[in-house]
Amino acid sequence: MWPIVLIASLGTYLEKLLGYVLPHSMLERESVRRMTGLLPVSLLAALVAVQTFADGSSVTVDARLLGLVVAFIALVFRAPFLLVVVLAALSTGLARWFGLMA
Amino acid sequence: MDSQSDNDSHSKMDPSHVHLPQPHLPHAHVPGEHLPHTSRDIHINALGIGLATGAYGLSFGAISIASGLSIAQTQSLSLFMFTGASQFALVGVIGAGGGAFVAIATALLLGARNSLYALSLSPRLDLRRRAIPAAALLTIDESTGMTMRYSANVQDRRRAFFATGLSVYVLWNIGTALGAIGASALSDPGMLGLDAAIPAGFLALLWPRLTSNSRTENQKMWTLAIVSALVAFLLIPVLRPGLPVLCSALVAVGASLIWGRNSASEHLNRRGQ
Repeated sequence: MWPIVLIASLGTYLEKLLGYVLPHSMLERESVRRMTGLLPVSLLAALVAVQTFADGSSVTVDARLLGLVVAFIALVFRAPFLLVVVLAALSTGLARWFGLMA
Repeated sequence: MDSQSDNDSHSKMDPSHVHLPQPHLPHAHVPGEHLPHTSRDIHINALGIGLATGAYGLSFGAISIASGLSIAQTQSLSLFMFTGASQFALVGVIGAGGGAFVAIATALLLGARNSLYALSLSPRLDLRRRAIPAAALLTIDESTGMTMRYSANVQDRRRAFFATGLSVYVLWNIGTALGAIGASALSDPGMLGLDAAIPAGFLALLWPRLTSNSRTENQKMWTLAIVSALVAFLLIPVLRPGLPVLCSALVAVGASLIWGRNSASEHLNRRGQ
């Protein structure tokens, strides 16, 4: 685990450093700007899907989905980050506690 | 040192003229740039943003422990990686059984936007060489956003950048420590629904990118998000854990090509009329 932690940390740090070293004119490339704006949206959306439905390499529907729905509703009502996460965990935990969902 | 800046024309430094993927502040209140501001305002806002971010450092600490990292590894990520979305992604992929390569690649792809932030901050902060390694570490959504808002002169920009960066750094790390220690005291994190906190956390990180732009831009982002999620979902049974998320990056590449061509042709049409 340590090598992953250290290599990923070094890599993300170098990404930050890179921006101070490269010439500012890189910013004028429309395609560069567009890509870096779109990438987080794709990756985060994919992470939502995978972390909700994946169990290893199989698709399962369990109490995590309830947590995600609760999170969605909380976000619509502009709840802050911590509350969104706590509500999701709480609803999933309670559904399991009462044996409603796996 | 300050060759470039104090009297920069306002329009050049006006954030609305900066076509960047805008940093998304997590529910922090930052005054509009039309308000007069003092260094005290900047410090108060920096502290507010730090407190808000520290609160979600708590959830990062807890989720990281639930994903199987130790307290020391969790803290190292907050100390050295210090970019929230990449940290969540790394522990999420590890927790889901994705390999080392996939975990690192996902974190790096998510961190690529920091290069862009640094690129646009570099002339605005106009830093000494020695200050750059520290500034690089503090280059994140929140510090970039605050620098863009306090754009009047180079002193304000530096103050906004370092005050916000340091405040978030300290409080994010305190939050991480408390969350990690708290979660490792639990016997079964799954029972508390911590596994459901992970997708909820990603959704909360995604949310401002879907809702804080113009209407047409938001619609584009929703489309991109739904297609990406669907692609990853369909690939779950086909690929090794972690890879479906990496493949969704190709959806962003595709969208970039399609929308890039459209905006170019729109531009030509407008010129033709």
